[in-house]
Amino acid sequence: MNAAVRALGRALHAEWTKQRTVAGPAWLLAVVVVLTIAVSAAAAATSHCRPGTGCPVDTTRLSLTGVQVGQAVVAVLAATAVGAEYGTGLIRVTLTAVPGRLTLLATKAITVTVPVLVAAAGAVLGSLQVGRLLLPRLSLADGQVLRAAGGSVLYLALIALLTVGVAAAVRDTAAALGVVLGLLYLFPIVSAAVSNPHWQRRLDQLSPMKSGLAIQATTNLPDLPLAPWPGLGVLAAWTAAALLAGALVLRFRDA
Amino acid sequence: MTATLLPPPVSSTQPPGPPGFGRALRAEWTKFRTLRGWIIAVLVGLALIDAVGLLLVRGSIGCGTASGKACYQPLPTGPDGEAVTDAFYFVHRTLTGDGTITARMRDLTGHYSSRPGPVAAGQDDSGESVGTQPWSKAGILIKDGLTPGSAYAAMTATGSHGTRMQWNFTHDAAGLPGPVTASSPRWLRLTRSGDTVTGYDSSDGVTWAKVATARLTGLPATVQVGLFATSPGVLVVTESFGGSSATGGPSTATGTFDHVALSGTVGGADWAGGAVNGDGRPAPLRDGRPLVGSYRPSGGQITVTGSGDIAPAVPAASTSPGATATIGDHLAGIFLGLVVLIVVAAMFATAEYRRGLIRITLAAIPSRGRLLAAKATVIGAVTFAAGLVAVGVAVPVGVRISRDSGFYVLPVSGAIEARVIVGSALALAVCSVLALAVGVILRRGAAAVAAVVVGIVLPYLLGTAAGLPDSAREWLLRVTPAAGFAIGQTIPRYAQVTARYDAPAYFPLGPWAGFAVLCGYATVALAIAYLLLRRRDA
Repeated sequence: MNAAVRALGRALHAEWTKQRTVAGPAWLLAVVVVLTIAVSAAAAATSHCRPGTGCPVDTTRLSLTGVQVGQAVVAVLAATAVGAEYGTGLIRVTLTAVPGRLTLLATKAITVTVPVLVAAAGAVLGSLQVGRLLLPRLSLADGQVLRAAGGSVLYLALIALLTVGVAAAVRDTAAALGVVLGLLYLFPIVSAAVSNPHWQRRLDQLSPMKSGLAIQATTNLPDLPLAPWPGLGVLAAWTAAALLAGALVLRFRDA
Repeated sequence: MTATLLPPPVSSTQPPGPPGFGRALRAEWTKFRTLRGWIIAVLVGLALIDAVGLLLVRGSIGCGTASGKACYQPLPTGPDGEAVTDAFYFVHRTLTGDGTITARMRDLTGHYSSRPGPVAAGQDDSGESVGTQPWSKAGILIKDGLTPGSAYAAMTATGSHGTRMQWNFTHDAAGLPGPVTASSPRWLRLTRSGDTVTGYDSSDGVTWAKVATARLTGLPATVQVGLFATSPGVLVVTESFGGSSATGGPSTATGTFDHVALSGTVGGADWAGGAVNGDGRPAPLRDGRPLVGSYRPSGGQITVTGSGDIAPAVPAASTSPGATATIGDHLAGIFLGLVVLIVVAAMFATAEYRRGLIRITLAAIPSRGRLLAAKATVIGAVTFAAGLVAVGVAVPVGVRISRDSGFYVLPVSGAIEARVIVGSALALAVCSVLALAVGVILRRGAAAVAAVVVGIVLPYLLGTAAGLPDSAREWLLRVTPAAGFAIGQTIPRYAQVTARYDAPAYFPLGPWAGFAVLCGYATVALAIAYLLLRRRDA
């Protein structure tokens, strides 16, 4: 038991050293924060709502628009952490050092997700700060707003985990990005084109992005395809499925 | 005898010296063609475009107790082939040969249903509000019979666009500005001479100004001539939680005429009134009874009340019946295929960097420009061909499936259909070239895929779905590469039709202007890729 914990600790340390000593991840985390805040600010600035006026839109959600862009950068970070080793053949060295496939996947998941959580918190709080300057009725003391903020941070972390699982399953960074971004962005495009309202709602409920971002809604909750927390649960289910697929591929296929 | 090792004879088809563009092209094509994964990926992208366009998008619709094909409700088509709304109340007589109709309009009033949205003051006792719509119309009309969709020319007063001459649904010319009131009446005149009808207006009945001349090809000798009134549905756009929405309700317009005069061979003893109904919708209710319009002569004065519109049909317009579609609706799958093709194009650029193959490639083809051009040509040609096959199937087959499930697909000319199909394939090809160039710039597959998908697919998603303010959505579809998918627009905007001209059916830019924006991005990316390829060591 003790040996197993020490092995996990060593593997974690090794993965963390890899993440820390490459310039890419730090830059990408900075891009997550800057891009998310910039897009959120742009979205808030284009609305006609200003402090002191009535505003018919969901201001919390509007000021968190940047999350929809930031998630792509999070996916790049996570896909690179897993997939890049396949591209260079480093994965074989890594697996010699850490033979436990699931241990490796777990350490990769942890070393990707923890920095993403930190960056996501910065991005979300920054976006809400900008939103408070530009939009009326936005207070961090509001329980709904807090839920939206915390949920958005969790959402980005789940996107990182989803990408880790997909990248382990498809073993290529570009293909992993295609799968993850396709999963996120294409569901809403297809559902918008579906004419049957029943199917449309079904697709929206299945959509990891549309359901997952329900966590950002603070007004008109009954109109959502799913309530905020069950919505985030849909994304969590997709993430679990991706991690399972990644674990199975890693366990049963030669690198 | 000793064997002498001779260098292999130089093939006459391969001249010595640096390889030309043809050989670079052949080398790149061989690289692409022989990687089974990429070919499979292109085929998967192609299949996704068709699968979504054909299977998923068109669920069966229901109408009352029936569903599917039983709900199919075609609109009339105008003389130029476009689908039209042709519903109005017409007080008419026949006119044989050349002739003139003149009338003075003293008033144009209207009612509209106040149920759908916030309304100004002035509700009357029947739950309706008083007021005209911007394109409520009443005036004089010359029409080829009473069949919806037949040729016509009209001089009309409008709710807020002054006096107009309109003919054959798509044509609209401005006359005197300002509203019609008892203190500032409008004199209207239409003169038929052979195939041409000329419209005049006047504020005093003495000095007349020509508004326009309409050529109505094939107008028969005997036509219907008279007074009409019609009014399109109310359009209320409200910005609300998570975006904006449009609602509508019926409206009516009432025109008051006097000094009605006809010259020429006029048939019939007196005026006959009736509704022309060609918008496929049940008539609006007034006091619980369907209102098809009415006319009331009293003394020298005639009032005509009607509802509907005489205008081209546009998707999601206030007057179009529920189940219509455009041929562009069958392109919904294009973004699924696009994501796959972006991944292939990015890999085509970045895979060689990963394993150092790029150094061998550059040793064989030292000219950076030639190499980039060869790669761009190969990926562009492959995606264009795949896109052409996929869209070429999705549009015609999709239109048939839509029709069978009860949707009326707004007809477009063959040239527009060809532009949608070829243009969509071109847009796919340009997106792939853009992805290739970004791949060369970034040299990392994941980053290239993310940059291009976020640059093209996300702006389209944010620009077409509810969530952002309208101005932000329009801006996204104007300045990002997503503007390129404007190429799928089919039905033009009409100034004389009030509708929500909204994405994805309508882009802020025209089809080719939007496509040019996408091409601009691809060109800039290629130029940067070329400069970096020359400057950087591989």
